[in-house]
Amino acid sequence: MSATARTLELGRVGESVKRIDAIPKVTGEFAYSSDLFAAGMLWGHTLRSSHAHALVSEVDISEAVGMPGVHAVLTHSDVPGAKTYGLEFPDQPVLAIDRVRYFGEPVAIVAAEHPEQARRAAERIRVAYEPLEPVVDPEQATEREPIHEGRPTAGHGFRDDERPNVVRTIVIRHGDPDAEADVTVSGVYELGIQDQAFLGPESGLAIPDAEGGVDVYVATQWLHIDRDQVAPCLGLEPKQVRIHLAGVGGAFGGREDLSMQIHAAMLALHTDRPVKMVYNREESFVGHIHRHPAKIWMEHRANRDGKLVNVRARILLDGGAYASSSAAVTANASAFACGPYAVENALVECTCVYTNNPPCGAMRGFGAVQSCFAHEAQMDKLAAELGIDPVELRLRNALAPGDTLPTGQRITGSFPAAEVIRRAAALPVPEPEELPRDALRLPGGSGNTTRGEGVRRGVGFAVGFKNVCYSEGFDDSTAARVRLTASDEELAAEVHCAAAEVGQGVVNVILQTARTELDLDDVVLGAATTSSVGSAGSASASRMTWMAAGAVRLAARAANEELARRGGNLAPGETIDVERIYHHRPTTPLDPETGQVTGDGAHVAYICAAMRVVAEVDVELGLTRVVWIGTAQDVGKAVNPQAVYGQIEGGIAQGLGLALMEEIQTRDGLITNASFTDYLVPTTLDMPPVDAELVEEPEPDAPYGVKGVGEPPTVVSTAAVVSALRDATGRELTRVPVSPDEIVGL
Amino acid sequence: MQVLTPRSLAEALRLKAEHPGSVPIQGGTDVMVELNFDRARPETLLNLNEVRELRGWSRDNGSIRLGAGLTYTEGMEAPLAEALPALAEASRTVGGPQIRNRGTVGGNLGTASPAGDALPPLLIGDAVVELASVRGERSVPLPEFLTGPKRNALAADELIVAILVRPAAGPQTFMKVGPRNAMVISVVSLALTVDRDHDEVRAAFGSAGPVAGLVQAPLAELNGFPERVAAAASPIDDVRGSAVYRRKSLRVLTVRAVERCLQ
Repeated sequence: MSATARTLELGRVGESVKRIDAIPKVTGEFAYSSDLFAAGMLWGHTLRSSHAHALVSEVDISEAVGMPGVHAVLTHSDVPGAKTYGLEFPDQPVLAIDRVRYFGEPVAIVAAEHPEQARRAAERIRVAYEPLEPVVDPEQATEREPIHEGRPTAGHGFRDDERPNVVRTIVIRHGDPDAEADVTVSGVYELGIQDQAFLGPESGLAIPDAEGGVDVYVATQWLHIDRDQVAPCLGLEPKQVRIHLAGVGGAFGGREDLSMQIHAAMLALHTDRPVKMVYNREESFVGHIHRHPAKIWMEHRANRDGKLVNVRARILLDGGAYASSSAAVTANASAFACGPYAVENALVECTCVYTNNPPCGAMRGFGAVQSCFAHEAQMDKLAAELGIDPVELRLRNALAPGDTLPTGQRITGSFPAAEVIRRAAALPVPEPEELPRDALRLPGGSGNTTRGEGVRRGVGFAVGFKNVCYSEGFDDSTAARVRLTASDEELAAEVHCAAAEVGQGVVNVILQTARTELDLDDVVLGAATTSSVGSAGSASASRMTWMAAGAVRLAARAANEELARRGGNLAPGETIDVERIYHHRPTTPLDPETGQVTGDGAHVAYICAAMRVVAEVDVELGLTRVVWIGTAQDVGKAVNPQAVYGQIEGGIAQGLGLALMEEIQTRDGLITNASFTDYLVPTTLDMPPVDAELVEEPEPDAPYGVKGVGEPPTVVSTAAVVSALRDATGRELTRVPVSPDEIVGL
Repeated sequence: MQVLTPRSLAEALRLKAEHPGSVPIQGGTDVMVELNFDRARPETLLNLNEVRELRGWSRDNGSIRLGAGLTYTEGMEAPLAEALPALAEASRTVGGPQIRNRGTVGGNLGTASPAGDALPPLLIGDAVVELASVRGERSVPLPEFLTGPKRNALAADELIVAILVRPAAGPQTFMKVGPRNAMVISVVSLALTVDRDHDEVRAAFGSAGPVAGLVQAPLAELNGFPERVAAAASPIDDVRGSAVYRRKSLRVLTVRAVERCLQ
């Protein structure tokens, strides 16, 4: 890591600060949501569908209710309020009603004295399934019977697409989509299903409040949207449901949707006892949505000088059984399909379909990962076709402030795409290591498969971009509260913000912002909860630093003003307590027919990164070793540089995982590798050292000029790693994760 | 669930006879996975961690005698690692340090997975498994002990006590193919030795058939040996890899292993 900034316990904006949760997490003292405990609590368990698609004619709980230790066995008929919920569209039953649409869908829930008793009771629930032919091929989904009655996502200003099982279709027409050029290259690219694979499984604790309401302690990404989905299903007012953030063991988008929140709350209210639920690892793989698998056709037309003339793309996303955030992922996959390049003509068509495969939704990169893998493969192909250096080709086409995107949106903020390309390309590539060397430093690693035989080296390059904050007219504001008190003439501050600390370091961002604005060291951060402050929006879309800093700065400045009004000091016992809500600049929807922006623009701001990768490949065994990664990333302003480097390295590792090994495998809609034995994530031997350069060109509209940092490394690293593998092997490698079979040519 | 913890081999054998359905557990690196995933719920676990006779290793009349409780970490340490280099290399590929501290060679035989990393190195050392029960002791050659995928020749009242294996009589090596560079279950593996004492090359493969398999040939027939090893395997397609890839890789591994052992 190239961070050299000093590390302080108490820091202001721009200083590297040790994370307040770092030591407890490393020493094992940090309380994760799975560590929660309440006196007298029961354990909840979920009975899940063993079918990918089936009618449910009966759920017989009679035997289960009499099992030892059992306090409640509940089905859809026990859901007190709305029977369905959803992040964007309420198409998902709290508990299956008359049909199951994916493998692992919740059918019934049990509360018992001991988790084992709850599991045993769930085994005695008899569900009468009538299996249906599952829709598992997304290319045929629009010709099959609809999986959902009605059209859950129709309307909403989306393009009309009457075909069955369409979640959303977007068509972006830009310039003359038939424009011809000197050279044309095309390809078809595929991505498998990636899982967030967070280490902390879905878990939480629901405690009834004895007044009909409930407190839910849970690992989540957005407390208030959880509340707004949970309360209607419980038949309660939002204020009767208080959501409190429990220790989050990783999120990456996988905790945007609800998991056990409603179930635990139902069991707690039904039994009048605290109820804890913890998914096991296997269950976690069906307990949250995944990254959309995709099939992408792209055609790039360019002139001899390398200038892109026309990009045409068709993208098919498999959304799985429920909508989740698929509609927004569809928008991102299409909006960023042409990459961070200026192109005057484009035709992008993107459709996301319902199937009976595992449901997909938000995951780090959110549609841009899929598109980047395709557009960067195409840029390499184009460079080879034109005989132009791949870095030079990208520079000649790099988007810049003032340019217009295929959606018609003009880039008005900072966008140093050319700069990140130049900086990443300028990083010195390490010399090849001598042989012989330790097997751990060769492809195959500890498997001891080569002493250098079959090993070839390759260098790859990729660039990618996406937006920061929510888009298409969604106002994702953030609230913060600052409370000033005085004791012994010393001022102290308490900050409240419901931003979810999911491992990204937002707690430090909040404290650094408050210390900077209040010019105080004595600042503490209250627990994140819906009961003390307004919504923070989601820890998603690389938005939380920008939005939390914006809200805390507003509230702190308001507190400062009030303090000044009172003469600059507080008497002991006197307090100032202000809450402020920060909004980013408004966005507007895309035109459903043309995919062009209406009004100000669909996106708030853009972030980009460039990456150079050195890899070694054993071309006879298809095994790989990524040797080194150099990257330059557009970060606006690094609030906590050490944390930014951490996000870059972690994000790269996640994209590298998709490039090389991470895939949920299915057979007829059933997951066949739901464990960390067979769903492989990179180890320290798979992840290379990273040289990262931060490019700080402040975003004009953002507090301190910050941008988001969490997603660009993941967007780019998948494409960059595969680019290096192509260079080493000379093969096209059009699908990720790249399989050893493809490398050796089977 | 009941956990029995005998303090001696005699007590362990008596308990196993009294509880023939009990599942022996040592490191727990396989058994606990089965329990955690709720794939097995034995009435009784027979905890062998306190049975001193199963620990460590010794030289025994020209052979090496490995206690069933020998851990992979112990397998990586000199001087045992010098006597059985392929077993040491295989041990290094098992899990991470914590797993290697707990997992045992005896457990690998008990599980009898075709992917068991210790099996190919033991096969090329002509390993013989010592089994015991209250009825007495018997010795079973490893190829006969491995009766099928996750099946072995243990009777319900028997325990694995030790493995007798020939020390290396020439260079040997172990290689394991997996899609990540550490902590992976083998997609295909190979142990190979060029044994000049017996004028033969012996190779054993894992994850390429229902059981780990042994192939041997006179040194004069080294040239066609990689093809013979590949032909002896009967791999399948599963979530970890394709049959065609496994067979091809086995040929590549054999070529490389022969070259390594001849250097």
